[in-house]
Amino acid sequence: MNLEKVLQEIKNYDGNKLRIMEVCGTHTSSIFKNGIRSMLSPAIQLISGPGCPVCVTPSSYIDKAIEWSLQPNCILLTFGDMVKVPGRSKSLGDARADGAKVEIIYSPQEALTKAAENPGNTYVLASVGFETTIPAYSLLIEQMEKDNITNIKLLTALRRVQPALEFICATDQTIDAYIAPGHVSTILGSQAYSDLAQKYQKPFVVAGFEAEHILIGIYDLIKQVSNQCYEVHNLYPSLVKTEGNKTAMVYIDKYFEPGAAHWRGLGTMDDSGYYLRPQYQKYDAGSLNLLTENDDHVLSACRCGEVVTGRINPNECPMFRKACTPLKAKGPCMVSAEGTCGIWYRFADR
Amino acid sequence: MIVGEKVKVVMAHGSGGNATKQLISELFQKYLANQYLDKMEDCAVLPGSKYPLSLTTDSFVITPLEFPGGDIGKLAICGTINDLWMGGAEPQYLTAGFILEEGLELDLLERVVKSFAHTANEAKVQIVAGDTKVIQGNGGLYINTAGLGFKKTQIPLGSESISKGDAVIISGSLGNHQACIMSQRMEITNSIKSDCGNLGPMVNDLLKDNLKVKVMRDITRGGLATILNEIAESSGSTIEIDEQSIPVDPEVESFCGILGLDPLYMANEGKFLCIAAEDQEDEILARLKKNPLGTNARIIGRVADLGKNVVTVKTRLGGRRIIDVLYGEGLPRIC
Repeated sequence: MNLEKVLQEIKNYDGNKLRIMEVCGTHTSSIFKNGIRSMLSPAIQLISGPGCPVCVTPSSYIDKAIEWSLQPNCILLTFGDMVKVPGRSKSLGDARADGAKVEIIYSPQEALTKAAENPGNTYVLASVGFETTIPAYSLLIEQMEKDNITNIKLLTALRRVQPALEFICATDQTIDAYIAPGHVSTILGSQAYSDLAQKYQKPFVVAGFEAEHILIGIYDLIKQVSNQCYEVHNLYPSLVKTEGNKTAMVYIDKYFEPGAAHWRGLGTMDDSGYYLRPQYQKYDAGSLNLLTENDDHVLSACRCGEVVTGRINPNECPMFRKACTPLKAKGPCMVSAEGTCGIWYRFADR
Repeated sequence: MIVGEKVKVVMAHGSGGNATKQLISELFQKYLANQYLDKMEDCAVLPGSKYPLSLTTDSFVITPLEFPGGDIGKLAICGTINDLWMGGAEPQYLTAGFILEEGLELDLLERVVKSFAHTANEAKVQIVAGDTKVIQGNGGLYINTAGLGFKKTQIPLGSESISKGDAVIISGSLGNHQACIMSQRMEITNSIKSDCGNLGPMVNDLLKDNLKVKVMRDITRGGLATILNEIAESSGSTIEIDEQSIPVDPEVESFCGILGLDPLYMANEGKFLCIAAEDQEDEILARLKKNPLGTNARIIGRVADLGKNVVTVKTRLGGRRIIDVLYGEGLPRIC
């Protein structure tokens, strides 16, 4: 395929208005970093979707994490992205500045070293992510069982992408086509979207993260829509198989089971989260209770929920660039490196 | 005083008494000596100058104290003299304030002071006044240097000199210093070295023949993107840069890819940016490339317009995006 030709066709497309949702935060970031929006015909609109696990985490989760970090002999371990997400009144970063015990880690495995070196402490791991990250937590539990480590707990906000995609397909008919989440597809496989494509008559493309991959993905969707073709095309075969990563899925399935979960902006959906199986609940830090305790306090002016479902662009939120900036984020979409508002803030035209 | 196997700094070293005298005479004066320091007076009396004086100060709190490519001593000289050079001044004299934390190994302090002195000698600047303090702590070391330079050049440096069409030139690859320090702190093994260095010879080569340099800035905290935005704002200009022309060493690029960092926002300690007149951009670039610290110098963009302040990047495939100042720190991705 000739890239020049692809670029020209995308730039000169003059068919019906086309709304394409790119689900994955890494795709959103790459689209902006490569200036892809400036290379599209005005008839093509890219909408950012809910593919950022940080952005869909309810504020009640942050509040619970802060609660743990204030317990005696208890340390909250977290990936960096969660530190600035606002809870009801403060973020983990704010709590740390006030003396809460919050430490940033780069891998769940670091929890093992800390737990072994400090048996008198309890380490609560803020475990957030989609199917891409969940196997890492499975490996952690496996090691904990082997080494008989009892002073690590997981506070989980693990999410399944398919229910969220189904929700969007079912409720927003204005989206014409989808760029499937990239990293998640390596685990679930391109097969994960076949039912959705058929049921809702929408084409899907699995694309990589380089500019060329995304542009060719957009080109493929244009062609599918014009030919009234509603298939799943895997344009990332080097990393994404049709059947996905079966080993990873076995690992997920061994330790976790689906359950209802609350997504900021989408609401509570059946089977949209993953929770530790009953025999491993001894390692849970109260994740199940978050559903019933959830009041998902959201500032009334914050429109992150509409942003993650593609109903508005960030610049349509009244707080964007005014009350809400990366330095003083009011909602998770502005905080996360994969968050739509944060990406728009850094890269979009003012 | 010997604590365990190593000789370490203790509070007595800061008392002003014998221990202090011993520290100064046996360590500092071993490497730092000139007609001013040798007098050991409360201040240095310096000869006047027919040139305008430039004065700056900077404090250095880096950890680790030693790293591939340099140490806090070398940094404390280069950081301050580079600031003077960026303003068009030729550094002459520096002062040095050392704050030592109890527990600092004297071997390490000696290596730092030796490097500090060596870097100053190579840069032909004299340390004319010094101070040491000892505080409670855990073996840390902080250095402040103030620098005095002579502004010999007549070139009108400043944002008001910027014109449409001016070239944006950088002296070399981005991100090395920050990538090196992060690698050390995270115990990641690689061959990335800090680019800590004296920009003087490169800058002097431009100033001595009155080449048409408009603005010079060293690319430190906040990175290239932040500095370009500051220049765009102060001059009211639109600056366009070409992503493909920005040099980044392959190992630094990989490191950034793994950790989700952007070289445009990373700190350097031996790189500078200059805005230069279009009709002399090739000459200026050639002079930078002649210097060992400037072999990777590139023209990376241009002042596209005056009137609206914004910095844009032409991406690899011809797209366009805005770059803004650095907000907070780069945090790692969660998935």
